[in-house]
Amino acid sequence: MGLTNPELTTVSTVSPNWVTTRLDFLTNWARANSLWPMPFGTACCAIEYMATAASRFDLARFGMERQSFSPRQADVLICAGRLPFKLAPVIRRIWDQMPQPKWSISMGACASSGGIFDNYSMVQGIDTIIPVDVYVPGCPPRPEGLLYGIMLLQKKIKGESITDDGLREEKLVGPSGLFLPPERVDELSEPFGNSVQQTRSA
Amino acid sequence: MTGLSASIAALRAEFGDAIGRSLASCGGSIVYASRERSHDVLAWLKNTPAEGYNYLADVTAVEYRDPERPLEVVYQLRSLSRRADLRVKVALDKAGPLEVRSVVDLWRGADWLEREVFDMFGIVFTGHPDLRRILMWETYAEGYPLRKDFPLRGHFSRAEQTRQALAANPEAHYSMEELSIADAFNELPTDMRERLARGERGFLK
Repeated sequence: MGLTNPELTTVSTVSPNWVTTRLDFLTNWARANSLWPMPFGTACCAIEYMATAASRFDLARFGMERQSFSPRQADVLICAGRLPFKLAPVIRRIWDQMPQPKWSISMGACASSGGIFDNYSMVQGIDTIIPVDVYVPGCPPRPEGLLYGIMLLQKKIKGESITDDGLREEKLVGPSGLFLPPERVDELSEPFGNSVQQTRSA
Repeated sequence: MTGLSASIAALRAEFGDAIGRSLASCGGSIVYASRERSHDVLAWLKNTPAEGYNYLADVTAVEYRDPERPLEVVYQLRSLSRRADLRVKVALDKAGPLEVRSVVDLWRGADWLEREVFDMFGIVFTGHPDLRRILMWETYAEGYPLRKDFPLRGHFSRAEQTRQALAANPEAHYSMEELSIADAFNELPTDMRERLARGERGFLK
């Protein structure tokens, strides 16, 4: 929520009551239906994203009328495409620049898991760089798939509560240089599928 | 197109021992030049009117799976006026220094091509004006990705790779020349000029 008034923040220490649930309903309804996306398109998924935003599929029907090309005015970061390590600090900076409340969608196989690019240059899932709310599978996902992911995100937002302190917590890059424990990053980046035949040499 | 390019016989007449074997491959001609005289050979091919290879289509390198075979730097030349192609290769023994003379002074377009070969293979182009990594970030420490001894996933663990990538400054990759504002330096605001002079985003020469 980002409430700074101390009198209001005391509300969050008590259990959900009639006031907070009504307030939740209102704020979540407003947020879920006016998500402004920050497109981070790096590959073919971005083409599908553009198709989703264009007239046939029309993202504006879901409250995403305004494509926010400034992270300062964005609510949801959509990473559409593979993320090379060289772009990792870029997407991290964009994520840090976005104000709360914010969400992120990992669109496509490469953004979600590295996809076919299990190599030295590619991030194995953007969840090792930024927190992710919704993963959309596909290579690339069709616009219907992305719309379904967006509707899932709206459903998720409608279930949020201001009494949950952890929701709006910034997950910053810590002193270890990562925002997750290193073991967790290794685990998330673990090879799978055909690539288990290949071994890491060091 | 069958047979060897006529340029190869001319090269042999001009440079003698500095020209190694030559072969015809897939309709094109390949000729090997010695490492020491590669720059002379390429300059001659460019500047001799009868040859006129005025366009450098590509500079790349090959490492073969056979560990005994040397690395090869490949120059793909084209004469725009004669519509003729020639591939010049320079073999670099892996035991010796992986160095070859830069041809940026002949073809300005070789700048980024040679940087890419340096980035991917670790071949040093002596005389290159700005030999830095171009595809990987400049602080990349794992080695040269297209070498055969480089594992597909890199040397470091994924956590370490992610940590190093996040620690990189995304704005540090560009020199002033690449930003194309070097000429406009004196028109910039004072504070920006100070920052640039300190080298925060590259140095002004």
